[in-house]
Amino acid sequence: MQVESFQYDNKTVRNFAIATIIWGVVGMTVGLWVALQLVFPTTLNLQPFFSFGRLRPLHTNAVIFAFVGNGIFMGVYYSLQRLLKARMYSDLLSKIHFWGWQLIIVAAAITLPLGITSSKEYAELEWPIDIAITIIWVVFGWNMFATILKRRERHLYVAIWFYIATFVTVAVLHLVNSFELPVTLFKSYSWYAGVQDALVQWWYGHNAVAFFLTTPYLGLMYYFMPKAANRPVFSYKLSIIHFWALIFLYIWAGPHHLLYTALPNWAQSLGVVFSFMLIFPSWGGMINGLLTLRGAWDRVREDVILKFMVVAVTAYGMSTFEGPMLSLKNINAVAHFTDWIIAHVHVGGLGWNGMLTFGILYWLIPKMYKTELYSKKLANMHFWLATLGILFYAIPMYWAAWQQASMWKQFTPTGQLKYQFLETVTYMRPFYAMRSLGGVLYLSGAILAMVNIFKTIGKGTLVANEDAEAPALEATFEKHKGEHWHRWIERKPTPMLVMSLIVILIGGAVEMIPTFLVKSNVPTISSVKPYTPLELQGRDIYVREGCYTCHSQMVRPFRSETERYGEYSKAGEFVYDHPFQWGSKRTGPDLAREGTGNNKKSNTWHFNHLDEPSAISTGSVMPAYSFLIDHELDTATTPAKIRAMQTLGVPYAAGYDQLANKELMQQAKKIAANLKQDGIEVGANKEIIAVIAYLQRLGTDINKK
Amino acid sequence: MSVFVLLIIVSVLVAGGFLLAFLWSVKSGQMDDDYTPSIRILFEEEVKTKTKQ
Repeated sequence: MQVESFQYDNKTVRNFAIATIIWGVVGMTVGLWVALQLVFPTTLNLQPFFSFGRLRPLHTNAVIFAFVGNGIFMGVYYSLQRLLKARMYSDLLSKIHFWGWQLIIVAAAITLPLGITSSKEYAELEWPIDIAITIIWVVFGWNMFATILKRRERHLYVAIWFYIATFVTVAVLHLVNSFELPVTLFKSYSWYAGVQDALVQWWYGHNAVAFFLTTPYLGLMYYFMPKAANRPVFSYKLSIIHFWALIFLYIWAGPHHLLYTALPNWAQSLGVVFSFMLIFPSWGGMINGLLTLRGAWDRVREDVILKFMVVAVTAYGMSTFEGPMLSLKNINAVAHFTDWIIAHVHVGGLGWNGMLTFGILYWLIPKMYKTELYSKKLANMHFWLATLGILFYAIPMYWAAWQQASMWKQFTPTGQLKYQFLETVTYMRPFYAMRSLGGVLYLSGAILAMVNIFKTIGKGTLVANEDAEAPALEATFEKHKGEHWHRWIERKPTPMLVMSLIVILIGGAVEMIPTFLVKSNVPTISSVKPYTPLELQGRDIYVREGCYTCHSQMVRPFRSETERYGEYSKAGEFVYDHPFQWGSKRTGPDLAREGTGNNKKSNTWHFNHLDEPSAISTGSVMPAYSFLIDHELDTATTPAKIRAMQTLGVPYAAGYDQLANKELMQQAKKIAANLKQDGIEVGANKEIIAVIAYLQRLGTDINKK
Repeated sequence: MSVFVLLIIVSVLVAGGFLLAFLWSVKSGQMDDDYTPSIRILFEEEVKTKTKQ
């Protein structure tokens, strides 16, 4: 057997590592900023670009796709080469992958503050960026599978299985959820409407957690934890069972984000059952990780890298216990829309993803630079800042969220709701301040890490191409002369399978989605009508400003909600909503019935409230939207928007796109005239008029005779 | 709710793909050895002869 010499590519790993740490600090800083916006709403909401609704998606996208995303690629590029005993297939592809991904991040950082958003959570980026993501993801997959093909180690270590599942599933999720109809270069409408859009979104949303934040990181855990501890994983058998069980269960859990909504009940139950089952493989993985340190716990006391990893795996265990619990309908009824969910995701994000990333960075950088970590002391300080940061973040949020939920649900003995919504907001504010302190601690730790890593880089030299030797893979088959062409691919079942799957999915999706989705959006409630052109424009502003980040539009069938908001929401009410705006969090009240019943307010109220919320509702944490009074509504897009809606099956009459702007102005003038009666002078062509029109329309259709 | 059809087809395809991958991995002996791979990753002899960058 001949030993072959080759070199590992460390440069790409190093690039991804630096990107991880820089974007991590950026993403966490934006996170701290949005946290503080809820404490100091008037000073920190710099309208229009840096208000909460636009920055919160920037925070989530930055930490998920920039921090964790680069962390994934760093770990995959390092471990894959060593596990396969092969250099990455193509340096060029590695380079395109790295720079392409960074460009996407920069594009996100520019477009989101500009209000260019699809409003689908963790998939907010608009269609041109969606296409770029697809291309770069394919580059990543190509590079990875080609490396697997030329490997010198026949057995695929369990980490690689996690990477493969990550690639395949994220590709599928991204394609299905990003199905949208472009209207302009920076605006598109989701192909799905209402309940269907919600289901696709949360099928995506949950699996983004599963296959972007979990499976790749489990792969990293199974490589880097044994390496850092220098002992094999507790049970390799368990890791294999863990992998297969996890990926078979995860894909069905999405509907637990939509419990008690207008989603059909059987789908909700399916989501609950699979979510609950997930606890078993998840905990199998956690236990496997922790037991890897059996007999080496004394080293955890000394070794800061192991400390980070132990906290990471413990946090994984906590959030995967909590996840199935939150998926139970009775617990979800309390916890959904509250800050509990925010605490839950931060235990996972700060704990599992963050701590594992830092542990890997501290292990990887000195190794590639052939030096010692610049300062163990700084790393230890970072560890304690981060761990305390997580506690200071999560505990106030858990505590407050229980109180928040019970205040929402409490009745007086005479059967009245005990608390105004605003009272729950003011109750939360001190807790928002406390969790910001947790954020400060965690962020300072990350900054220490950045200093420590850069100092380490400064004192070492990068081994850009690391020498390695391994015997060539012995052939287990004999090649025949004149064999069929497809024999080649038959010998490579994994890539073949993946490739064919992708081909099938793209073809199938393109063919099926337009036809049957448009047909199925027939109204089931006859009084539900499409939005007027003005309302449609107002709705797009509502989307642009990210109102959904704080306001839900989904009244669940509980007495505490129907008393507060009105009649519970029906699936048939949302058939023209491209995209849906149900939201996932109630920092402010639900708006599904904003235009009707007890919630009905005058145009003047809305005008003054948008102008300065705290002047109308003392203690409100909502940003001011006074710029809507000055901004002129862009009516040039109206005909294109109407035509796009027609394509999606919204029944505007043929040729309506040409009449739309005329009707838009009529309705706008009416609202402006109404405002004038109360002494408010505002042009009918301003954006605020459109927003008011939309808010006044919300939830009214089912009451029409 | 025809989007169910889409999501179920897609999800079943993904799950089916994983199932095939699982069957392949079992059949091709990927999982015959459930111990040495965990040890093997710990060994990485550094090649000290050459130092070309």
